[in-house]
Amino acid sequence: MPNMSLKRVPMPHQEPEVRNKNFSEVALGFTPEMAIEEASRCLNCKTRPCVSGCPVNVNIPDFLMHLSKGEFEEAYQVITRTNGLPAICGRVCPQETQCEGKCVRGIKGDSVSIGRLERFCADYHMKNVSTLPEKPESNGKKVAVIGAGPSGLTCATDLAKLGYEVTIFEAFHAAGGVLIYGIPEFRLPKEIVRKEIENLTALGVEIKTNMVIGKILSIDELFDMGYKACFVGSGAGLPSFMGIEGEDLVGVFSANEYLTRTNLMKAYQQGYDTPIMKSKAVAVVGGGNVAMDAARCAIRLGAEKVYVIYRRGLAEMPARKEEVEHAMEEGIEFKCLNNPVRLIPDENGRVKAVECVEMELTEPDESGRRRPVEKKDSNFLIDADTVVIAIGTSPNPLIRSTTPGLDTNRRGCLVVDEATMKTSREGVYAGGDAVTGAATVILAMGAGKQAAKSIDEFLSDKE
Amino acid sequence: MYEIVYKKRLNDAVTLMKIDAPLIARKAKAGQFIILRIDEQGERMPLTIADYDREAGTVTIIFQIVGQTTQLLSAMKEGDSLLDFVGPLGKATEFEDAKRVCVIGGGVGSAIAYPSAKQLFSDNVKVDVIAGFRNKDIVILEDEFRAVSDNLYITTDDGSYGEKGFVTTKLKELIDGGNNYDLVVAIGPVPMMKAIADTTRPYSIKTIVSLNPIMIDGTGMCGGCRVTVGGEIKFACVDGPDFDGHLVNFDELMRRNSAYKEREAHDRSHCRLYKSAE
Repeated sequence: MPNMSLKRVPMPHQEPEVRNKNFSEVALGFTPEMAIEEASRCLNCKTRPCVSGCPVNVNIPDFLMHLSKGEFEEAYQVITRTNGLPAICGRVCPQETQCEGKCVRGIKGDSVSIGRLERFCADYHMKNVSTLPEKPESNGKKVAVIGAGPSGLTCATDLAKLGYEVTIFEAFHAAGGVLIYGIPEFRLPKEIVRKEIENLTALGVEIKTNMVIGKILSIDELFDMGYKACFVGSGAGLPSFMGIEGEDLVGVFSANEYLTRTNLMKAYQQGYDTPIMKSKAVAVVGGGNVAMDAARCAIRLGAEKVYVIYRRGLAEMPARKEEVEHAMEEGIEFKCLNNPVRLIPDENGRVKAVECVEMELTEPDESGRRRPVEKKDSNFLIDADTVVIAIGTSPNPLIRSTTPGLDTNRRGCLVVDEATMKTSREGVYAGGDAVTGAATVILAMGAGKQAAKSIDEFLSDKE
Repeated sequence: MYEIVYKKRLNDAVTLMKIDAPLIARKAKAGQFIILRIDEQGERMPLTIADYDREAGTVTIIFQIVGQTTQLLSAMKEGDSLLDFVGPLGKATEFEDAKRVCVIGGGVGSAIAYPSAKQLFSDNVKVDVIAGFRNKDIVILEDEFRAVSDNLYITTDDGSYGEKGFVTTKLKELIDGGNNYDLVVAIGPVPMMKAIADTTRPYSIKTIVSLNPIMIDGTGMCGGCRVTVGGEIKFACVDGPDFDGHLVNFDELMRRNSAYKEREAHDRSHCRLYKSAE
C-alpha cells in the first residue's frame, strides 16, 4: 500500500549560517528510513510518465519499488542499467522539470523525490558495496572520446559495456569536466565524481589527461592511430563577457575562472598554491545555475556582501528554484531587474563599483517572452571589489578550427543529426554542450548515450 | 608524469630544463607555450617553449624565479618528474614572408626569443639579434644566439658586458644605420615590449610581441588572459600569445598582471621556502 502523504519527506540540510562558511555538502542525504518512506509514495502507475521525462530513461518505478522494500543494492542496479553516473545525477539534475515534473503525485501534492532517492541508492552503494563493475570482453575496436565531461563519460561507459576499447582524451589534468571545475564541492563532492569515474576505468576505459585535441593531436591523427570512431564532447567552455566598459579591470572574472580557481584548483583550501581574490563585496552578474554557484562560492570564501545582479525578474531566473532558495538562505542579496552598464575602477585599476540601471519587463511578445528594457535615468552604484560575469558560455573553437569537414552553426556549435548525433564527418559523433551550447549535465549524458548507440551501429555495420 | 631529463642553471635566477614530452616535441613551434603543474597542490603555470628536440622527444623550458612555483620548480632535479605538462598551446608565431628580421630578447625573455631566431635563421632569413640584460652576471644563451643569427648585439644596462644601454637604443641605432627590417620580434618584460613597439611605430615596421598574462587552463576557458588588441578583447592563450605590438594595450596588461602582487609579496615575507633561499 503506497504512502499517500501529499508532502514529500524533507531533506536534511546543513543550517544556512553554518554552511555558508564551509565547502561541505549542503544537502545531507536521506537516512534508510526516510528513503523507504519517500519511495513508498510512488504509486507504480501504469503510464510511467517519469521514465519518459528522464533523458537517459532510468526505470524509475522499478528502482523505487525495490527501494520501498529496503532492497537498496537492487535499486542501485536498476538505475545503473541506464545511468552510469547516478550519484551525480541525483544531485545536479533539474528533476523538477524532468522525471519529477511528470510524476502523477505532483498533480495533487508533492511529486516523489526521485532525484534524492537516486542519490540515496548511489550513496548507499558507494558506502556499502566495494565491488567494481567487471571489464567486458573486448571486441578489439578502438573508439576515441574527446572530453571527460558528462557526455564523454557516458558515451565511454556505454561503449565500454559493449566491448569497445575506449580512450578518453581530456584537456585538463583531471577527468570530470564541468563536474570538477564548475559545480562546487558543496553541491557535488569531488570524491563522488572520482568514485563514479573509478567505475568507468574498471570497465576498461583509459583516460588520458593533459591532451588538448586539436593541438597535441588532431582528429585525423586519431583515425590514423587506429581509432575507428570518435565522439566529441568538448563542452561549451568559452566564456562570454558583456562588452561593457571596465571588464578589463583587476577583480573582474568570468564565472569559469572564478569557479575553476575555487573548485578544480582548490584555492579555498590551505596548502593549494592557486590564488583567489580575497573579496569584501562580490557582484555576480547572471541568473543561471552557474551564477548561483559563483555567488555561493564567494560567500564561503569570506566575502561580507554577495550580490546576484540579474536583468529580468526572480520568476524568470533560469537557475533551479532550489539553488536560488539556498543562495537566499545563505545571505546572498538578489538585485533583480537590474543590469550593469559600466564597471568603475579605483585609482589602481581595480574594480570598486558596478554601475547598474533598473530594468522593466515589456508586455509578452508573440512568443510569450517578456523582454527587459532599461528604465531611463535609473542608474545607481553597487560597491564591489570583485565582479564575476556568469552570463553564459559558447563552444570552444579548438576542435572545429583543426578538423576539416566538421560543420558548425553560427554560434560555433557542432551540427549533428539529432537522432544519431552524427556530425558532417564520417565516424565523428558529437554531443553535450559542444552541440547545444551551455545546457545541463543530464542532457549531455543523454546525448552521449545516443552517440554510443549510433557509434555501435556504425561500427557493427562496417563489418 | 613528465621527467626532467636535463637541468642546467643559466645564472643565479634562471634555469633551463628539458622535459620528456615526445608528443608535444613532435608538434611544438616557435611562439607556442606549455602549462605545467609540479604536484597535486600546485598551480597551473604557463611557460613559453624555449626549444624542442623532435628526435629526443624533449621540450626545453627556461624560467626565472619570480614566485612560489618557479621557486619550487628550480629546486627539482634531473630524474624528478612534473605531474602535468600540457601543450603545445597557443598559435605559432607567424613570420609571414619577412626577409630581414630583428629578434629582440629582454632578460629571461631571450629564452623565448631564441626559437624565433632559430626558425628564421634555418629558413635562410637574415636575422639580427639584440639581447638585453641588466648586467653581465645574468647574460644567457649567448652561444646559442650567435649560432642562429647574422649579427648578435648584447646590451647591458650597466655596461658590464657588451654595449651599455637599452635594447631600444640599439634597435633605433640599427634602423637609423640603414638596416631595412621588415619585421621585429620582441619578447621580454612588458615595459620593454611596449618601448620597442613605440620605437618601431614611427618607422611602420611590423612588430610582434609575445604576451604573458595570468591564465589557468590555456585553452580559452577561463578568460583570465584577456587582453585588448586593436580595441578588441582577445584571449592570449588561443588568439595569441603573439600579437601586433602596435595594437596591444600594454598598460592594461601590466595592471592585470599585478592582480596577485599583494598575495605574492605576502607569501614571500611569510614562506620559509623563500627565507631559506635568500
